[in-house]
Amino acid sequence: MAKRIDVSGLTAFYGSHRAIDDISMTVEPRSVTAFIGPSGCGKSTYLRTLNRMHEVTPGGRVEGKVMLDGESLYGPGVDPVAVRRTIGMVFQRPNPFPTMSIYDNVAAGLKLNGLTKKSELDTVVERSLRGANLWNEVKDRLNKPGSGLSGGQQQRLCIARAIAVEPQVLLMDEPCSALDPISTLAIEDLIGELKDQFTIVIVTHNMQQAARVSDRTAFFNLAAIGQPGKLIEIDDTERIFSNPSVQATEDYISGRFG
Amino acid sequence: MSNTVMDKPPVNSPLPPTTLKQPRLPRWAPVGIALVSVGLGVGLGLVAGWESRVQWGLIAALLYLLITYVLTTTIEGKRQAKDRFATSLVWTSFLVAIVPLASLIWETIARGSKVVDGYFLTHSMFGVPNMSEGGGIYHALIGTLQQVGIATLISAPIGLLTAIYLVEYGTGKLAKAVTFFVDVMTGIPSIVAGLFVLSFWIIILDFGYSGFAGAMALSILMMPIVVRSTEEMLKLVPNELREASYALGVPKWRTILKVVLPTAIGGITTGVMLAVARIAGETAPVMLLVFGSPSINTNPFEGEQSSLPYYIFEQWGAGNDPSYDRAWGAALVLIALVMILNLAARGIARWKAPKTGR
Repeated sequence: MAKRIDVSGLTAFYGSHRAIDDISMTVEPRSVTAFIGPSGCGKSTYLRTLNRMHEVTPGGRVEGKVMLDGESLYGPGVDPVAVRRTIGMVFQRPNPFPTMSIYDNVAAGLKLNGLTKKSELDTVVERSLRGANLWNEVKDRLNKPGSGLSGGQQQRLCIARAIAVEPQVLLMDEPCSALDPISTLAIEDLIGELKDQFTIVIVTHNMQQAARVSDRTAFFNLAAIGQPGKLIEIDDTERIFSNPSVQATEDYISGRFG
Repeated sequence: MSNTVMDKPPVNSPLPPTTLKQPRLPRWAPVGIALVSVGLGVGLGLVAGWESRVQWGLIAALLYLLITYVLTTTIEGKRQAKDRFATSLVWTSFLVAIVPLASLIWETIARGSKVVDGYFLTHSMFGVPNMSEGGGIYHALIGTLQQVGIATLISAPIGLLTAIYLVEYGTGKLAKAVTFFVDVMTGIPSIVAGLFVLSFWIIILDFGYSGFAGAMALSILMMPIVVRSTEEMLKLVPNELREASYALGVPKWRTILKVVLPTAIGGITTGVMLAVARIAGETAPVMLLVFGSPSINTNPFEGEQSSLPYYIFEQWGAGNDPSYDRAWGAALVLIALVMILNLAARGIARWKAPKTGR
């Protein structure tokens, strides 16, 4: 199920503006990799280049290589739709489809990709909702609109929706930044369970969260406002938080900067 | 340790002393002032012997504003006076705006309901002389429904697809050009649209007068309205929903079809219905292209038809009491038709709108 991502020399642009510069790293399968760094350093942009969502933004453009188990994501003849089917994404703000019920939200990815058999859908919806620890809370109101759930439940609904299409990799862009501590805990537990099946990459501003959930941590920084963001270092989480090899990383995680 | 702080003289603040309680006008004050000023307006008008009721009303409105302002300034203070003055200005403007609308509907219902009955709705004007009673609008009703229906069938899909192109795909010069021409089309007078179809369809291509020719002119008028309103509705759909769908590996066309359009469908329906209401009242293209006919013609593709606005024009032009009555009756039916369409659109919009309940 899970696949390895190899990135080499990746540079992303918005029009002529260089947002991230020359990033190379390896994301191990069946592990959680956390991206930390100050706002505007290009973490989210970088995350979005990993499933070709960056080019959805007008003017978005990428140079460099991203390999998924040896297969290039940006090679000629690669369909971005197929890439996104393989590499799922959960966004910062919960965004369930407002016109659809809870059931339809989870089934959306499958239905929109042509799977319509009711019995199969039922199985996948239940499995995904159980996988997102949401089944017990919503099993009696699957036909109610998804926007009626609380923020934390909506975010778990979005995770269920993302894992329903069985991606190889799950990208999470600050999935807990709009949530209270209890919902955050629920999602962190969920990430711990999901990493048995998926390769997970998570962007977070919460250092403790990175320390709690991730196996490896990457620190991004930018030289100045308007300069492109760069990868400073990537290492085992334990090492990054105890004895990082770059001074800037230590300054950032201990709160000494500027 | 001397008590220097206490010895200082109190600071002279420019602000008035702070009290939370201030004199207020009683709750019934606005209503009371309104009654008094209406009474004064009517009284003044009667005493001075002015005939015009409009004059009475305007005097009452001005008095209302004046009394409100003076009374609140003396009792409550300047700020509250401005507040109340603005509030009463809003109310007065609302009433002034509602008067023509209400009187128009009242007049149409009062005069039209005399003639509208089952016979009026199910018979044509065939063989009915202008100056005699009887006859009906069946032929015109059929004409309006067919012409507006065909115009909608032509322009709703084209308008919808154009708007989708502009919002979802269009970038650069072509999109800008399309937007510009849609704006220009919005300003085309209906008679010009009629003349265009007349010269192209009837004079150059040599087809005869027909409901379809009229429908083509109407669709020229309708298309830009549909494009504009649909465009605005599609822009309101949050980008996050599109991205959420892309991230599930859904192709763009399916995202538009299954996520974007359902989210915006309520507003789109309302927009199309408003456009329908706008063209249902057009007379000029019908005069030029459909030509008008007193008899029933259920085939919109051949021969002259009539339509409700044309019928009203024709009957009013005949210039005698029975035809005046028929014109009012047709006007009532036209207004009712547009209103029913609007209500239906609102119903659909509410039924299809994104649900927020738990």
